[in-house]
Amino acid sequence: MTSIDTARGAKTETGESKTSALLVLLHMRTFVALILVFTFFAIAAPNFLTGGNMLIISKHVALNALLAIGMTFVIIAGGIDLSVGSIVGLCAMVAGYLVLYGIDLGFLGIGYSIQFNTIEICLMVLVVGVGVGWINGLLITKLNVAPFIATLGTLYVARGAALLFSDGRTFPNLGGNPDYGSDTFRLIGSGSFLGFPLSVWIMIVVALLAAYLAARTPLGRHIYAVGGNERGAALSGVNVDRTKLFVYMFSGFCAALVGLIISSQLQASHPATGETFELNAIAAAVLGGTSMSGGRGRIGGTIVGAFVIGILADGLIMMGVSSFWQTVIKGLVIIAAVVVDQVQQKLQAKVILQQQVN
Amino acid sequence: MSDLHLVGLSIRNGSKIYPGTQALKNVDFDLRMGAVNVLVGENGAGKSTLMKVISGVEQLNGGTIELDGKVVAFADRTEAARHGVGIVFQELNLFPNLTVTENIFVGHEKTFGGIHIDSVAQTATARALMKRLEQDIDPDMPLGNLRIGQQQIVEIAKALAENARILILDEPTSALSATEVDVLFRVIGDLKRQGVGIVYISHRLEELIRIGDYITVLRDGVITGSRSMEGVDIPWIVANMIGTASKEFPKTVEHTLGDEVFRVENVCLPRPAGGYSVDHMSLSVRAGEIVGLYGLMGAGRSELLECIMAQHPNSSGKLFIGGAPVREKSVSGRIKRGLALIPEDRKRDGLVQIMTIRENLTLSSLKDFTRIFHLSLKEEAGKAAEFVKRLAIKIASLEHPVSSLSGGNQQKVVIGKALMTQPRILLMDEPSRGIDIGAKAEIFRTMRRLAGDGLGILFVTSDLDEVLALSDRILVMANGRLTGSFPAGANAADVVSAATPNLNRVDTL
Repeated sequence: MTSIDTARGAKTETGESKTSALLVLLHMRTFVALILVFTFFAIAAPNFLTGGNMLIISKHVALNALLAIGMTFVIIAGGIDLSVGSIVGLCAMVAGYLVLYGIDLGFLGIGYSIQFNTIEICLMVLVVGVGVGWINGLLITKLNVAPFIATLGTLYVARGAALLFSDGRTFPNLGGNPDYGSDTFRLIGSGSFLGFPLSVWIMIVVALLAAYLAARTPLGRHIYAVGGNERGAALSGVNVDRTKLFVYMFSGFCAALVGLIISSQLQASHPATGETFELNAIAAAVLGGTSMSGGRGRIGGTIVGAFVIGILADGLIMMGVSSFWQTVIKGLVIIAAVVVDQVQQKLQAKVILQQQVN
Repeated sequence: MSDLHLVGLSIRNGSKIYPGTQALKNVDFDLRMGAVNVLVGENGAGKSTLMKVISGVEQLNGGTIELDGKVVAFADRTEAARHGVGIVFQELNLFPNLTVTENIFVGHEKTFGGIHIDSVAQTATARALMKRLEQDIDPDMPLGNLRIGQQQIVEIAKALAENARILILDEPTSALSATEVDVLFRVIGDLKRQGVGIVYISHRLEELIRIGDYITVLRDGVITGSRSMEGVDIPWIVANMIGTASKEFPKTVEHTLGDEVFRVENVCLPRPAGGYSVDHMSLSVRAGEIVGLYGLMGAGRSELLECIMAQHPNSSGKLFIGGAPVREKSVSGRIKRGLALIPEDRKRDGLVQIMTIRENLTLSSLKDFTRIFHLSLKEEAGKAAEFVKRLAIKIASLEHPVSSLSGGNQQKVVIGKALMTQPRILLMDEPSRGIDIGAKAEIFRTMRRLAGDGLGILFVTSDLDEVLALSDRILVMANGRLTGSFPAGANAADVVSAATPNLNRVDTL
């Protein structure tokens, strides 16, 4: 992530100063937007700047940012993952079920159920999330289903499965049982480290890993290549199917993490958890400069995009703006972001052309 | 004879510049009415550009077009059509999901009041057109159900339905059977008698002599010969197509050839409609040898290279590198074994346009800079810089998007990417397409040097000049089969006739 930043920075130094300055500004637009939004609410909304409020906002942002990180890879690779919200719901239900009941082996006729500790539960939930992502990937690579349709299908299937788990009811009181070692389950959502909620730390770790993967590993490079020109990548020896499979599985992994965090935070899991989360994740990625046509985007941008959306939402609530207006404003911000992105692309091409001539 | 036919359309001093190349250079062209004006030249000579200019698809950068003595400027295809210029493109511009009738009238539907389509009248006209073209095609049939040859007939019907006064046919026979060609020629005869000016582009030289009244030869965007067809023979056409003064091709550097490094045995690629795109092809390449694979469009050359590069899972046949069989089924596996492909379509297959020059150069060899999973950007940039220097790629920065480069430099990036994998055999599909003469010469010098270093090169070209000058050995393909093998310095006419084995068939009609 950082290396790309410095490379881009060096490139602009050589160009004409005026357009270059504008270009730098445009390039940092999401960050500029973040500062503007932050400053605005700091002045306009009382209590916005308090430490408690900051913690609440960061907890909200962490969830969307985690989904958006997975989504960013999927979109860079030229796809889309509509199923993440449903995976969140399904994983929350699986987590709740495992905490409450474990796995009932009654069907074997031994009248016995296996109980799990927190680590085991987490691993099993993550396997479920990655598994749904794997199915998405298989549908898209082996069966040639368009990503939009494939993940729309799993959106419904996973949501339906979540509802079937409890017959539509909520799993309450996920306190866990110290006898089984599952009483620590609530810490995922409520624990903190160095003053920050654990969920924020999870987001930071996943973001750093993802940024490293994108910038410093062959797999990351392959993701960009597949999204930029799938045929060209294939002819260059890139394993396109494996690359795509990875991004959907990673997206499922991120969604499973969110499912765990939410069910732990609420100490309950509801089958409708995560509805429309996929749209917020896409919005954060796009706001952060990810191109819907694939091949372009950065994890850093996505994180900043998630913060802009999160601060906007919470700030407007604090100012007492109606939720109807909040929705309108969020939509306008997304559209503005994409328009500015187009302007930047054009300007950048022009600057490079100038440098070629010189 | 020139007095018999009035000049309907003429271009004076026409120039057309694309980024990186000049496709037409001060061209003077006369299109005579009631006659077949034949246009011939090699791929990239500017024929298609000239026709696009006449039909309003492209606009001239310099010079004028006169129609019936008045200067005109066609802003687009529709405006040209309003002036009576119709064109049948080489690539079919049809809609497989619509019916034959709908295809014929798309864009100029017969309507009541501009809203309701008069489908009865459309179908009747379509049926009449099919009858005129002696085709038994149901106008209500979805176009996708027709054979390619029949689709081409529909494309021609489409131009006829617009009552074109000038009709441009760009390689209309490339997909037609012998009888369909015959019908087409009868229709052309009819149109001529009605005073329609026809421009006819083809690679089949004898076909041109048979049908043409006037001939214009283009080479590198310049008209090198223009006269009435009387007295024209194939040697005259070839001489004007290629020119006496050979282009600045590097002369074959004397170096000894090594052992056989690559062998292809019985490669077959079945066509979905039956028959073979690649029909039991076998060939071999020695180390340090440049083998030129010549043929016309659709001869199966690109398909052969794609089979070699594992792009067609349903192809069969055996490959050997240095005598050892190649069993790898994946592209990366074959790259590992020492194969590398420079694809024909740089933009579509060769490069990831939005990635940087560095990222494109190293895309095939990332693991050389990777320890376990960590990619060393420093080593990568170093290697990329080394190849930029080695291939003399002109760039301002490694970090610019590859799309900002000219065609020739983009091609060098593709070659650099292939060389970085340290191949033993380089497969090059039309390596000089779409790049200017200077860059071409440089690409050819590079190929020579690589061969000198012991690399085996198999390159596909439709440029006769190129294949003659550059190859240590010339192979010719037609209809998916190997139809000729010539040593360096072969006779141009022999190579051409090997590439068009169905000429005799047309002749005897």
